Amino acid sequence: MMRTMDVAVRCRGLRKTYKGAVEAVRGLDLEIHAGECFGLLGPNGAGKTTTIEILEGLLEPTSGEIEILGNNWRTHNRQLRELLGISLQETRLAEKLTVRETLELFASFYRRPRDIGEVMEEMALTEKSGAWVGKLSGGQKQRLAAATALVANPRILFLDEPTTGLDPQSRRQLWEVIRQFQQRGGTVLLTTHYMDEAERLCDRIAIIDHGLTIASGTPSELIEQLGGHHMVEFDASGNVPGELEAWRSLPGVEAVHEEDGRVVLSVREPHETIPALLAAIQNRQKHLLHLTTRHASLEDVFVHLTGRHLREE
Amino acid sequence: MSKHFEAEPENRNSQNENSKSDTHGSEFRDSKLESPASPVHPITGPPDHPIITGRWKSYELLLLARLKEMYREPEVIFWVFIFPILLALGLGIAFRNKPADVCRVALVAGPEAAQAMELLRAASAAGSVHAEVLPAAEAFNQFRLGKYDLVVTPRGAGFEYLYDPARPESVLARSVTDDALQLAAGRKDSLPSSARVSSEPGARYIDFLIPGLLGMNLMNSGMWGIGFALVDLRQRKLLKRFVASPMRRSDFLLALASSRLVLMLIELVLLLGFGVLVFHMRVAGSWVSILIISAAGALCFGGVGLLTASRAQKIETVSGLINLVMMPMWILSGVFFSYQRFPAFLHPLIKALPLTALNDALRAAILEGAPLSHQPARLLVLGLWGVLSYLLALRWFRWT
Repeated sequence: MMRTMDVAVRCRGLRKTYKGAVEAVRGLDLEIHAGECFGLLGPNGAGKTTTIEILEGLLEPTSGEIEILGNNWRTHNRQLRELLGISLQETRLAEKLTVRETLELFASFYRRPRDIGEVMEEMALTEKSGAWVGKLSGGQKQRLAAATALVANPRILFLDEPTTGLDPQSRRQLWEVIRQFQQRGGTVLLTTHYMDEAERLCDRIAIIDHGLTIASGTPSELIEQLGGHHMVEFDASGNVPGELEAWRSLPGVEAVHEEDGRVVLSVREPHETIPALLAAIQNRQKHLLHLTTRHASLEDVFVHLTGRHLREE
Repeated sequence: MSKHFEAEPENRNSQNENSKSDTHGSEFRDSKLESPASPVHPITGPPDHPIITGRWKSYELLLLARLKEMYREPEVIFWVFIFPILLALGLGIAFRNKPADVCRVALVAGPEAAQAMELLRAASAAGSVHAEVLPAAEAFNQFRLGKYDLVVTPRGAGFEYLYDPARPESVLARSVTDDALQLAAGRKDSLPSSARVSSEPGARYIDFLIPGLLGMNLMNSGMWGIGFALVDLRQRKLLKRFVASPMRRSDFLLALASSRLVLMLIELVLLLGFGVLVFHMRVAGSWVSILIISAAGALCFGGVGLLTASRAQKIETVSGLINLVMMPMWILSGVFFSYQRFPAFLHPLIKALPLTALNDALRAAILEGAPLSHQPARLLVLGLWGVLSYLLALRWFRWT
């Protein structure tokens, strides 16, 4: 059982209705524990940004209770602001200021900011400290946005889609920074529509769709909900489209579908299915060109829950 | 779960305490959040980590950031500092006071044309009339195009004048030419009159123009420097990012206003200095009162700019609004010409406009040396516009 003060962020019955028509958030409950990295995962338009901006005290909820570090925005606005590091989605920082000037400015808003040189070092921005923000690459700009949050020396970090549009290297760099922050005892709330990001980075996740939590728990708990699924993907010479159903009769196979010319089996126990699969391929005198097994991912969970992919164009 | 609901009332109490102490203005400390009974989160720094940021640090950096962003933008430098000077230079040269304007007269060719030319040459005012002989059709055509101010057609013993009563120079040409011809033909004036010449600095067009340009410049840069800059910040979500931090909103607004005052000082020195050095303008009033009037103007238009920007989400919207606000004042408020030219019943309305008040006050101080105590009405107009727009802006302003 968690004690009260170990809850960093809590909201109950959160609702946000825009102009009396659009219901962006429709009764959301969240409880984020101190020291954990919590992810709001969901497709675009699910209500993630609205939720995080309400929690950040930037939007007034239509109804619902919010508590940040045991306080609320109405009575402790400025005090709470001192304790939070916030990075908004798509902030375009002043182009004609340098990286250092930008960080100095943001640091000056806090009573106890961190050392700017240290933060630049951590975000790999030291080399760019004298460069105008307008001249930075997309990845560097996003790292700078995160740096403006870290320079606050916060206890909770709110990151709205921190890695959207980043190259893989920058993403990994940012993940590393988030982990370090967590190791120092910080709490992180981030939104993302990358399931791999949520899976690797977050201790717990809430999957949000149409303004409601449709599932929450640790990534492995969520995947457990699928029935402990594993995925077995293979490619054997001479796959015939009509043959798919034949694989379904193998032991432990729950479903079969085809993706990019490969057969994908949803499997409860891979150690039962794979030997049988290999034997079946040999019996039919085929060659195995490719075989992989993987855990079912959050993407599979989302598809299972909604029938849609997370990032459907 | 039950445990943490039980703990709730205790928690509420400590919140009340906090909010109470807030209303008494005491500084909030982290230790209040971490009441001794509760387990302290291992935060990133020690709890008694000293406060290292001074009270005015963020104001100072916000102001510096504003100024840096401005001077790193070459277009801003041009429009705020160079353009008004070029305008003053151009208009000052174009409308420089020539020793009495020369009237351009077309004389319709004919048998009597030579005689008329003779008369004009003999006249005492010969220097102020420049006549040319042209075939009738061409003379009328060139007059229509504005190349001549007057067409003179000899008719028997006398002349017929074609002039345009709506063109002052045409009216003047008619009277000057007629006088010249009549005097040369032997007219005697029945009253003796004499004249003295005065073209002291202070009454020239450039003297009228420079304070007007200064006023207009203070309006332009106030509206764009505050209005446009704010909407740009809002569109970039930077305003939202700022209010997501503990930045004091008052510091932000104060820094904006201060940046206007700094720029005002530069604009004032550049334009007036230019007038003094290049056009030998004479500044009659004290620099202190000129400075105070300029500051009032800069802050007033800063307020109007703030109001204009209070809700607009896009820079296109605010650009339209700014032009809508400024356009009438460019024309009505006596920047390039006196508003006395407008019908008298409009004057009270025109005088209630902030730019009129600013221009009038600047002219009175710069040209006539009027002390501040002589123009309370104008300062009141500026103050009212500034304060009212500021108050409305604070009501409507959208930070996000």
